[in-house]
Amino acid sequence: MPYIPHTEKDRVRLLKAVGAGNIDDLIAVPENARLKGELKLPKGLTEQELTRALKEKAARNSTVEDYSSFLGAGAYNHYIPAVVDSIISRSEFYTSYTPYQPEISQGTLQAIFEYQTIVCQLTGMDVANASLYDGASAVAEAALMARRITGRDKVLLSAALHPEYRETVRSYLHGAGNHVSEVMYCTEAGVTLPAALDSALDSDTACLVIQYPNFFGSIEDLKSLAEKAHAQGALLVAVTNEAVSFGLLASPGSLGADIAVGDNQSFGNTLSYGGPYLGFMATKTKFIRQMPGRIVGETVDIDGKRAFCLTFSTREQHIRRERATSNICTNHGLCALAASVHMVSLGEAGLRRLALLNLSKAEYLKKALANISGVEVAFSSPTFNEFTIKISKDPEGVLKGLLKKKVMGGLNIKRFYPALDKHILVAVTEMNTKDEMDSFAEALSKVLG
Amino acid sequence: MEFPKDLKYTKEHEWVKVEGSIVTVGITDYAQDSLGDVVYVELPQEGVSVTKNEPFGVVESVKAVSDLYSPISGSVHEVNDAIIDSPEAINEDPYGDAWMIRVEIGNPGDLSDLMSSDEYQKFIEEEK
Amino acid sequence: MGENGVKGLLLDEPLIFERSSEGRVGVAPAEFDIPEADPKGLLPAGLLRDKIDGFPEVSEMDAVRHYTRLSQWNFGVDSGFYPLGSCTMKYNPKVNEVACRLPGLSLIHPYEPEELVQGALELMYELEGYLAEISGMDAVTLQPSAGAHGELCGLLMMAAYFKDKGRARTKIIIPDTAHGTNPASSHLAGFKVVPVKSDGKGALSVEAIKAVMDEDTAGLMVTNPNTIGLFEKNIKEIARVVHSKGGFLYCDGANLNALMGIVNLGAIGVDLIQFNLHKTFSTPHGGGGPGSGPVGVKKALEPFLPAPRIKKARGKYSLEYVRPKSIGRLKAFYGNFSIMVRAYAYIRRMGGEGLKRASETAILNANYIKEQLKDTYHLAYDEPCMHESVFSDKNLLGYGVTTMDVAKRLIDYGFHPPTVYFPLVVHGAIMIEPTETETKETMDKFIEAMKSIAEEARTNPELLKNAPIKTKVRRVDETRAAREPVLRWVKK
Repeated sequence: MPYIPHTEKDRVRLLKAVGAGNIDDLIAVPENARLKGELKLPKGLTEQELTRALKEKAARNSTVEDYSSFLGAGAYNHYIPAVVDSIISRSEFYTSYTPYQPEISQGTLQAIFEYQTIVCQLTGMDVANASLYDGASAVAEAALMARRITGRDKVLLSAALHPEYRETVRSYLHGAGNHVSEVMYCTEAGVTLPAALDSALDSDTACLVIQYPNFFGSIEDLKSLAEKAHAQGALLVAVTNEAVSFGLLASPGSLGADIAVGDNQSFGNTLSYGGPYLGFMATKTKFIRQMPGRIVGETVDIDGKRAFCLTFSTREQHIRRERATSNICTNHGLCALAASVHMVSLGEAGLRRLALLNLSKAEYLKKALANISGVEVAFSSPTFNEFTIKISKDPEGVLKGLLKKKVMGGLNIKRFYPALDKHILVAVTEMNTKDEMDSFAEALSKVLG
Repeated sequence: MEFPKDLKYTKEHEWVKVEGSIVTVGITDYAQDSLGDVVYVELPQEGVSVTKNEPFGVVESVKAVSDLYSPISGSVHEVNDAIIDSPEAINEDPYGDAWMIRVEIGNPGDLSDLMSSDEYQKFIEEEK
Repeated sequence: MGENGVKGLLLDEPLIFERSSEGRVGVAPAEFDIPEADPKGLLPAGLLRDKIDGFPEVSEMDAVRHYTRLSQWNFGVDSGFYPLGSCTMKYNPKVNEVACRLPGLSLIHPYEPEELVQGALELMYELEGYLAEISGMDAVTLQPSAGAHGELCGLLMMAAYFKDKGRARTKIIIPDTAHGTNPASSHLAGFKVVPVKSDGKGALSVEAIKAVMDEDTAGLMVTNPNTIGLFEKNIKEIARVVHSKGGFLYCDGANLNALMGIVNLGAIGVDLIQFNLHKTFSTPHGGGGPGSGPVGVKKALEPFLPAPRIKKARGKYSLEYVRPKSIGRLKAFYGNFSIMVRAYAYIRRMGGEGLKRASETAILNANYIKEQLKDTYHLAYDEPCMHESVFSDKNLLGYGVTTMDVAKRLIDYGFHPPTVYFPLVVHGAIMIEPTETETKETMDKFIEAMKSIAEEARTNPELLKNAPIKTKVRRVDETRAAREPVLRWVKK
């Protein structure tokens, strides 16, 4: 049997040592609870057969390399340097557990401590946790955290927050009685509508949640939104799921955010059909006891040597049980390591250059598409590497037409916003060459023409 | 372990010192020893009211967390803010520097079921 | 003795920020093949940043050396025996790692049109079916990211079910032996936790459940085998009690590694269960994630599963989003796909027969260790165990030695310590789960080390108190970490 080392002789010896005649005698499961018959599963495969079967499945998927992909919307196709997989493939990292025994987990612990620092640097915050599942669940955790801090119930979500993130918040907050409402976006600028905020924000509001850049790709005026929230005693939760934008845009912390969350998938983590990705969370020092998730701290060992360990554990489920800040037990440690290695290998100048490259490419494509008859840029706000276009025909047919030309031309957002039934969300990264973008523009022009 | 004779004790391992209409509350030597190194303490604001046998605060060590239960009902007269910044005092001097709150007694009858030092020592022997 | 934890050459390594040199770039991004945009012309001045203070700047090789050194301070399943109870630290097959990195499985975007990802959808659909068969459930969602996430999903479905029936239920019963995630997830889902105690033999009694189960209670959350490593032998009768009041029996599947091919949980009354793919199905723990926590349910709860669901019709797979009774979703997209690929690879490699053999062997190994150590260490409950057993430090306290000291001394012998101080119902618990992938020789070395440590406790307790001595760092000051928190590096 694969992965089970016992020979028949071993089995006999072990059974004898425990005083059992056969394995059935040993298993302390009453007869009436036993499975009758065998599991109906395919017969086991050799490693070679398995590899063939999986390659066959993989061959029935089209990758972002088989097509020119302009899909984003919370999952970004960035170049991952070779060092990333080399490091996360070290089995000392990937086959270890949560670092409960610090003496033999210093590698994981120091790596997380460094990751926490990098998240603070990017977000302009004081403290960060070791990571959460993904951007969507991180927003839900931030909303719960804001409710604990303020003692208020109401959670205000911008309608320009990723629709699946909003849905996640609603599901998570169901047990707490919901109290989730939404603030409309401005149909012209594609950002949260300031006028709608004035009536929605009140003294029951725990937090206002704004995506930066938002789902449409528009860059929100985070500073004035934070001021409006603070004026009512509410917290501002900033959500970023295209983390490369941190290389160019002012940090959420510097603009007044109280909690910065989002997804760091863009750094070092493959698309992998939606997961695992990397939720991040950072906040101000004064809120740390209400922050969920693992936190690593620096200390010393009994010889006075620098050492790291998990800390602030009393917030967590294994100690506080039903009164914990969250039910979360794991984090996405290996994804955080991948993100760190990617960012470290870029360095500050590399990251800033990468962000500028993304901005430049998106601007190039935006202009090229806007020149096509039947295409307009949907919103007037500035964008980073993602923007929304409005076309003259039904996006469904148009995107199908583009597929024939080997272009995944972006996301039809009608499913999420019925009113935006002619709109396509287009993402551009450093992976899209000039030739690809020119071909996309040409193909779109043909499909529309 | 010490259990001063002039104090009263609760089953939640708090000590109580009665002085006129004010009682001072802290945790016992036994409680601090069971918790281990205390790293954090959360206390109420002055002026809020507390209820007998209801939590008024939290004390945490590295790996344990424990509610602090009020031995009496009344209003918080004074809070020992010093131990918030140096929670180690709770381990070092539980009956002295590490008092936690002073409460103005609301209902003098509340004091009747508190234990004496001898009764409390017997209680923790049985609990072990 | 033991695995002979000897000291090798471990190199010191500063924080990556302390290795930084301004302007250094490791792996430069691509060149510009389009005109460089001017951010100042495109974005308002207040939204631009000009510096990321303290951001690491190192060469590619320095980055590699940095992380390589860090990795060498770690201990993984590939380093040695890792009998961490409740965590099922079995071997993580290498072919799984190759599988999930196939471009056709790793370079696919979650919003690709369904016709371009038929292979991925088929894999997920089949995995759902395998998990349903293993557990005896009717339907499975792969969306949750971890065990606790799966618990939340299951509890939200229970809440939604009762709301839909017109009468919300407010309570959930949880035994005192449960993992802390059970009460925490219940609280998050809006339930009040009703604790029940296990009996003198570590099992749940029918009477204890009868006494608390009522029509305001959504159900019972039970870990089976429980965290003491014992099969809940009254489970069928308990299920009947829960069902008689209209409630659900939730099984925390953390310990499923003891039951594959042995017990059909659906047939004995379980209504829903979460699977921990990172435990039972061999996916790596990653130093604390990512895992994956699919949830299986019986028919009655199927309408409440998160959206989207994978549907198969006329040989084509699609995603169904419109599900009026669904609890919604717990994350963006569909779940931790690359973890699913690994678990899928494991199940296909093992087949039904292999999975059953894995569970049987896990039980055999756990009983072997229990029998070999029970004369040396105090066994919390002397009953035939399933895949793990729980000892305590009761026999050693007289020498001033605790569970923590034993755990730390084991490190010097070259082993990862067992789970300690859990479950809470056993004072000074030492919970040992060897899994099926260890040889008798490895277990024998571990047993020998444990006995030798018990002897040291009697003759030279200082050895234990000072342990570990062979590691990169020795015991760390966790009190200082909490009292004087340093949670990030700051540029001086």
